[in-house]
Amino acid sequence: MYKTSIAVIGGGPAGLSAAIEAAKAGAQVVLIDENSRPGGQLFKQIHKFFGSKEHKAGVRGIDIGKQLLKEAQELGIEVWLNTEVCGIEQNKLLWAVKNKTESVQLLSERIVLATGAMENSIHFPGWTLPGVMGAGAAQTFINIHRVAPGKKVLMIGSGNVGVIVSYQLLQAGCEVTAIVEASPRLGGYGVHTAKVCRAGVPFYTSHTILRALGENKVEGAVIGRLNDKWEFIPGTEKVFEVDTICIATGLTPLAELAWIAGCKFKYIPELGGFVPLHDENMETTIQGIYVAGDITGIEEASSAMEEGRLAGINAAASLGFYSSKQKEKLCNEVRERLDALRQGPFGKMRRIKKQELITSRREIRCHQQQIV
Amino acid sequence: MNRIKHHIILEDLKEAKKVKIIVDGEEMEAYEGEMIAAALLANGRKQFRYTKKHHSPRGIFCGIGRCTDCIMTVNGVPNVRTCITPVEDGMVIETQKGVGEWKRGENGV
Ligand SMILES: Cc1cc2nc3c(=O)[nH]c(=O)nc-3n(C[C@H](O)[C@H](O)[C@H](O)COP(=O)(O)OP(=O)(O)OC[C@H]3O[C@@H](n4cnc5c(N)ncnc54)[C@H](O)[C@@H]3O)c2cc1C
Ligand code: FES
Repeated sequence: MYKTSIAVIGGGPAGLSAAIEAAKAGAQVVLIDENSRPGGQLFKQIHKFFGSKEHKAGVRGIDIGKQLLKEAQELGIEVWLNTEVCGIEQNKLLWAVKNKTESVQLLSERIVLATGAMENSIHFPGWTLPGVMGAGAAQTFINIHRVAPGKKVLMIGSGNVGVIVSYQLLQAGCEVTAIVEASPRLGGYGVHTAKVCRAGVPFYTSHTILRALGENKVEGAVIGRLNDKWEFIPGTEKVFEVDTICIATGLTPLAELAWIAGCKFKYIPELGGFVPLHDENMETTIQGIYVAGDITGIEEASSAMEEGRLAGINAAASLGFYSSKQKEKLCNEVRERLDALRQGPFGKMRRIKKQELITSRREIRCHQQQIV
Repeated sequence: MNRIKHHIILEDLKEAKKVKIIVDGEEMEAYEGEMIAAALLANGRKQFRYTKKHHSPRGIFCGIGRCTDCIMTVNGVPNVRTCITPVEDGMVIETQKGVGEWKRGENGV
């Protein structure tokens, strides 16, 4: 059995930032990721980020990823790759499988869960055909593996991931035949939406996909118009000849480990579904288990990094690596940057919903104190 | 070939060492260390397995090891997620039917 002070599960922007902050404070950290390379979803994000200078605005996700990896290396953080964490026992004993063959145990004093999210799907006749895939899956193939999933792509969903991936498909040399959006309004950030518009990609609002065509793989798609009750209007079908259908209809937090550990959850659809409750320091309802990034509600890499920092600072401080004064100063800086990120119509809703999580956590704590 | 060699933002695709893989008995070229699913896609293969009951085809769906749509039998071991498993020279990859078959003993697993 191995031992460490802080175990961070998930090597995406949230987990890397948590590990870096904890190591900077002087804590012994083990960072675990199931992939052969750390970075999570960051290396496929080749677009420039928003926010202010402190948020690394104007820098591409892929370059931020490189910086984080360099920092982690300089701090000498122990990284276990190809290692899938399968269980958490009481007293924070982790069980993981290394290289698909070796079972290992790691006893840690603090745990940070930063396992990210997975893409949602929608179901229509033909949705299981090869050629129908998540928009993020297509993004992974074009930007990481450098293989195009097809030549002509239909994108379902006009949110951020839908428009960002559409643009990146164009950059990779694919044709984006159309973007279909069920709502009457487009859902993504204006900057990204405008770029795809300028490239001549048509948007179909108040439309949905009716079925995928093809026997053994996608050969086409049928879409149709929706009325104001979101019902299909017969006779409005349109057929597209495409070989790939990408689904960009949101993400769901990947929180199995938090469930296994016994953390309390709340259902908040705006954050992607069931999310583990946490306080303003990212600590869950289980003492010593922290969460950060998409697992606590779907946002983006910039906020995932800030939440990771909060979790890392607090995990380290709880082990005595920071005085409470030092900790408060550092945390306040991060919280200010998080607030600045959660602005605008998208950000504001997230800020309100994140506050709801924190308030629910507080109520439970008050309740526990009353019982004691 | 649908490999993205040149890209407006990313560097040119590095020429990796080429290796041979055997897919359903047929020899294919792949880049050392790339994911099996990427190699198959680059060779024009989109169907990776057929379901147990309806025998309907499945291929790449999530691309990050979450959904198990892309599982195949690799070196005799069934249910390997090909989107997150790198190719190795001489790897034997087979289209999986249903839940696959364990050939215990032969591979020491
Ligand atoms: C495919 C995909 C594409 C995306 N593209 C964009 C985009 O273009 N723009 C955008 O703003 N947002 C995008 N997102 C949202 C994205 O999730 C966030 O931007 C950000 O990457 C979240 O960071 P994170 O650290 O919370 O999670 P992630 O970056 O997902 O990192 C989590 C890591 O934990 C690992 N992990 C999970 N469970 C375990 C386990 N049990 N054991 C070991 N390791 C584990 C995962 O494999 C992963 O490497 C995308 C999401 C996905 C899924
Ligand atoms: S495509 Fe989902 S696990 Fe490989």
